[in-house]
Amino acid sequence: MTESTEFITGATPAAPRFGFLLPLGLALLPVMAALVAAGLVLLVLGSDPIEYYSYVVQRGLLRWRGLQATVVNMVPLLILGGALIVSFRSGLWNLGIDGQYLLGTLTAGATAPLLAGAFPSIVALPLAMLAGAVAGALWALPPALLRARAGINEVISGLMMSLIAASLTAAAIKLWLKDPASLEPQTLTLPVEDRLPLLAGTDINIGIFIALGLVIAAHTLMMRSATGLRFRILGLNPAAATHAGLGVPKLTLSVLCLSGALGGLAGAVELTGVLGKMQASWHPGYGFAVVPLVFLARMNGWAVIVFVFAFSVLQIGSASAATRLGVPQDFTLVLVGFLLLFLALSEYAGERLRAKKV
Amino acid sequence: MPPIFNEPFLAALLTGAIISALPLILAGLGEQMSERAGVMNIGLEGMMMAGALAGFAATLAGLGVWGGMLAGGLVGAAVSVIMVLFCVRQGMNQIIVGIAITLGATGVTSLMHNAWYSRTYPRLDAAEKIALPGLSQIPVLGPGLFTHHPATWAGLFVALVFAFVYRQTFLGLNLASAGEKPDALDAAGIDVTRTRSVAVMVAGAMAGLGGAYMAVIGSGIFVPHMTGGAGYIAIVLAMLARDRPLWVVGGALLFGFCLSATTALQVGGIEVPTDFIQMLPFLAVMAVLVLFGRNARLPRALGQPYHRGQR
Repeated sequence: MTESTEFITGATPAAPRFGFLLPLGLALLPVMAALVAAGLVLLVLGSDPIEYYSYVVQRGLLRWRGLQATVVNMVPLLILGGALIVSFRSGLWNLGIDGQYLLGTLTAGATAPLLAGAFPSIVALPLAMLAGAVAGALWALPPALLRARAGINEVISGLMMSLIAASLTAAAIKLWLKDPASLEPQTLTLPVEDRLPLLAGTDINIGIFIALGLVIAAHTLMMRSATGLRFRILGLNPAAATHAGLGVPKLTLSVLCLSGALGGLAGAVELTGVLGKMQASWHPGYGFAVVPLVFLARMNGWAVIVFVFAFSVLQIGSASAATRLGVPQDFTLVLVGFLLLFLALSEYAGERLRAKKV
Repeated sequence: MPPIFNEPFLAALLTGAIISALPLILAGLGEQMSERAGVMNIGLEGMMMAGALAGFAATLAGLGVWGGMLAGGLVGAAVSVIMVLFCVRQGMNQIIVGIAITLGATGVTSLMHNAWYSRTYPRLDAAEKIALPGLSQIPVLGPGLFTHHPATWAGLFVALVFAFVYRQTFLGLNLASAGEKPDALDAAGIDVTRTRSVAVMVAGAMAGLGGAYMAVIGSGIFVPHMTGGAGYIAIVLAMLARDRPLWVVGGALLFGFCLSATTALQVGGIEVPTDFIQMLPFLAVMAVLVLFGRNARLPRALGQPYHRGQR
């Protein structure tokens, strides 16, 4: 993990003898600190943090139903995590990820029910996922072109594309893709028997394996392949990439479109797995939940899986805590906000520690 | 089609446009100063939420509209201290800290709203408006454009002040140098850290004022997530306007008109898919980026921490 540790501050990697202690401490300390700080916020506002946390863990992790919901919840977050690993490791900020997710969901929602009517689902579902991935990549194209051709910051254009996507998908469903048999504006529904198969005796569909596979594939691509090395050079030093004869605009385009394709795929897998249809108001805003997690994981695919799991427990648990204990689900935002701040602090502290040793 | 394009409708449309534009103007001017000094403030949205809640709470406590605006500005500046400490002083990643601020402030204000107001849903009295003599008598346009709370005119005045500061003062020159070539500013004997800190805190205060305006003067209520992306729009306005405060005002008025048209058409009962209208401002930004993108040059040292003695 050491090779990836220092993206954020740009310092040199740790000395070998601290090779495992320091990263471990730097990952765990912010988590503990954030739990305490967010707990204090609860305390000040009149809720019992211990009761809250134990309720969340009980509902999201210890109950069989809750655990299944947690695993299902992980699927889109993991694939989006893979998308962001590709982008962030290449030094590009694909913050338009929510838009790509929405376009992928919409495309799969429009195509999957029709394809399932014409082909067996072993053909239909992969085709729908492919369509979702292509839609996500296309939605990532304008910011990618602006960045590659005119050097325009991809953060803002990405955010714009996300905001446009939210309205565009809603309008498209209301105007062109509405299921005439339904009162609510939503796409045609993919019949339950045509969706991704469930693991025997559970509510968990095989999307979780697709998701785990994609995160690890993204991680391996970036860390173990020649293409990944080119992408990372682009992130570490664009000038050096140019000098090394790498086509920076072309690499930029490939990174952002690959990331966008994964973003679209996240939506397509979730649609063919659990949703079955897309409602016009569907806008879960997963992106801003996943961005902090990918940072906490220091863009390591394996660590992303751990953090996404913990976050899903929190999401599922806090959803039932909202009705039971009266603490809004927005509490997760507070916790993640604190996590990020303490992560930045621990990075900084770690850098100082190492500087002293050397 | 119902006869909606009558005078009251237009007045409501224009009033709404100005009321939606003002928070964008205030926050956008703040972000402009921060970016000019080399600090990208993605936490703007969170600072607006904090200012909105603070302004609402202060006005509800009897401090009046101006007291609420002041509280919003102060709390916005207080939140931006995080940015100063972490990003300006220690050089941590501005985008990460900015996202953290937005998430944290959105979450905390939502929890506070839940703890304090979710049973009673208090509402403020409408802020009193002042009709500018003469101008507000103009038929059709006058009532909507020129009958507003005085804080509205104060906000527009700030844009002129900023324009003056950038063009005519040493402070303006220092700010620009901190964003373009901080080592040159340092060599000239000016403290880069202090210059940037001032810019970031002004941005926080302006965002807080914008949020307070939304809650206290705009709607009279506080609801979680009420800024609804206004902070991001303000960032875009600041980027596109570069060093011209009056462009921020113009862009914000354009956005404000689109936002207001969405509500007005809904109220007027017209069957336009409102999703399309909501999309217009963002489409406009993309169009502008595509057409004039090459000109949207950002300060050279934007987003880069300054450490003395390093290249």
